[in-house]
Amino acid sequence: MQANHIYIAFETILIKEVRRFTRIWLQTLVPPAITIGLYFLIFGNLIGGRIGQMGGYNYVDFIVPGLIMMAVIQNAYANVSSSFFSNKFQRCIEEILVSPVPNYIILLGFVAGGMARGVAVGLIVTAMSFFFTSLHIEHVFLTLLVVLLTSMVFSLAGFINALYANTFDDISIIPTFVLTPLIYLGGVFYSIELLPSFGQWISALNPVLYMVNTFRYGILGTSDVNIVWALFMLVVFSAGLFAVALYLLRKGTGLRQ
Amino acid sequence: MQTIDPRNAISIRGLTKTYANGFQALKGIDLDVKENDFFALLGPNGAGKSTIIGIISTLVRASSGTIQVFGQNVATHVYETKLSLGIVPQEINFSQFEKVGDIVITQAGYYGLRGELAKQRAEKYLRKLDLWEKRDNRSRMLSGGMKRRLMIARALVHEPRLLILDEPTAGVDIELRRSMWEFLQELNRNGTTIILTTHYLEEAESLCRNIAIINQGQIVENTSMRKLLDKLARQTLIFDTCDELKTLPAFNDSDIQCNAIDSHSFEVSLSTSRDINGLYATLSDQGVLIKGMRNKTNRLEELFLSSLKS
Repeated sequence: MQANHIYIAFETILIKEVRRFTRIWLQTLVPPAITIGLYFLIFGNLIGGRIGQMGGYNYVDFIVPGLIMMAVIQNAYANVSSSFFSNKFQRCIEEILVSPVPNYIILLGFVAGGMARGVAVGLIVTAMSFFFTSLHIEHVFLTLLVVLLTSMVFSLAGFINALYANTFDDISIIPTFVLTPLIYLGGVFYSIELLPSFGQWISALNPVLYMVNTFRYGILGTSDVNIVWALFMLVVFSAGLFAVALYLLRKGTGLRQ
Repeated sequence: MQTIDPRNAISIRGLTKTYANGFQALKGIDLDVKENDFFALLGPNGAGKSTIIGIISTLVRASSGTIQVFGQNVATHVYETKLSLGIVPQEINFSQFEKVGDIVITQAGYYGLRGELAKQRAEKYLRKLDLWEKRDNRSRMLSGGMKRRLMIARALVHEPRLLILDEPTAGVDIELRRSMWEFLQELNRNGTTIILTTHYLEEAESLCRNIAIINQGQIVENTSMRKLLDKLARQTLIFDTCDELKTLPAFNDSDIQCNAIDSHSFEVSLSTSRDINGLYATLSDQGVLIKGMRNKTNRLEELFLSSLKS
């Protein structure tokens, strides 16, 4: 396929994905804004005022980066898993599979769609945070890089989930039983310095911890983890999941008989 | 194994497919469809028609065998062969939440067409299939016949040389079916090779020049429509009369059998090899005025059933 045709195909999938989540904005963009807004209000302002300082910052300032990252992770994952599975379920994925679009473009198109929703929700939540605190971003480039890499990792994970899924239940199991515990135990609400050494060691195995802390470092300039190591892990996760997703797509897992 | 003519639109050799559950859908298919042909692929439910189409479109993986589209192997020349192909599947497979126009324009994008060109193509085929007025409607709001036409418009947006339609007129009313026939014939006249699977044998007989009948994963008949129809040994014609029949017409020929149906019609059975001019002469001599005449059964239907039995 010629390079310009490949680009047009990628752009077509991306536009279709963005059109989908903006068409159903009441289901995709508003709920995370309300949920995270409630977190800001209850944990940040009401309870946070009694907690005092965390990691050297007001509690509300400490949790804002984690909550933004939580919204990015959940929405990037949900967008790709639900959209790709819906395409499978309605069989409209066949539109792409019978066309000459290469597998890696199909993957990139859906992942870019997931990243677009992750970033869009991240921006909405960031804008909402200004009602509760005044954010000053310490490292703008790093902050953007972490958001993009994190949303890519979870879009890829959502894609793999959708490939294997046979029912709508199959795409809700991972977010409920894997993603949510990883996020809540990934240092969104607390610094791992509060944990005993064994708890810190267990937390170090949680990839979300690195994402949240690198993002927090980008905004506040403080982190529980080594930033270079965290970025390296994000790149390795992205590359590894991309390779797995592409392999499954080429193999036709869940798509071709 | 037969040699392959690279000018063929499709050449299939030794195609087999065994699904994961052990069901052997195809048992060694050899099939050629010439360029610019209007070809019918007939067979009962579960015969393997959709599996063949699935393998051609790469949605189903062959267990063994090869498929060439315009001389290029679908397994090794994926881009070129897919560019030549337009597929209209049996089941509705577009998003029920998208607008009609967006569905066709998006499909154009998958083939590297964008902007004005994609819009022009979408308009061209939506107009031809009487869907232009519905371009801003959500696809779930369309009737069954409209949905089928939308799938044809979508399959044509990149103007493929070969169009494969898997039962395109299933559930479509007669008027609409006729207009779809005319559209497909026009496409074929303009150079598009068409392969059609259908349960309406009248449709295959009216449209197609060549035919293959598949049963239990094997081709049981592969010939021209004319040669196939010539295989029919006898035919039964029904005559409607202008006046009430007092007595049944008499034919002094042992090959001709005549039976009454009601007071204004009767049927005549005779060999297909002979002409029927003599019948009219005999009826005129006996003062029987004929208002109309038709075949008792669809000729292809009889041949189809006998092919399956044999």
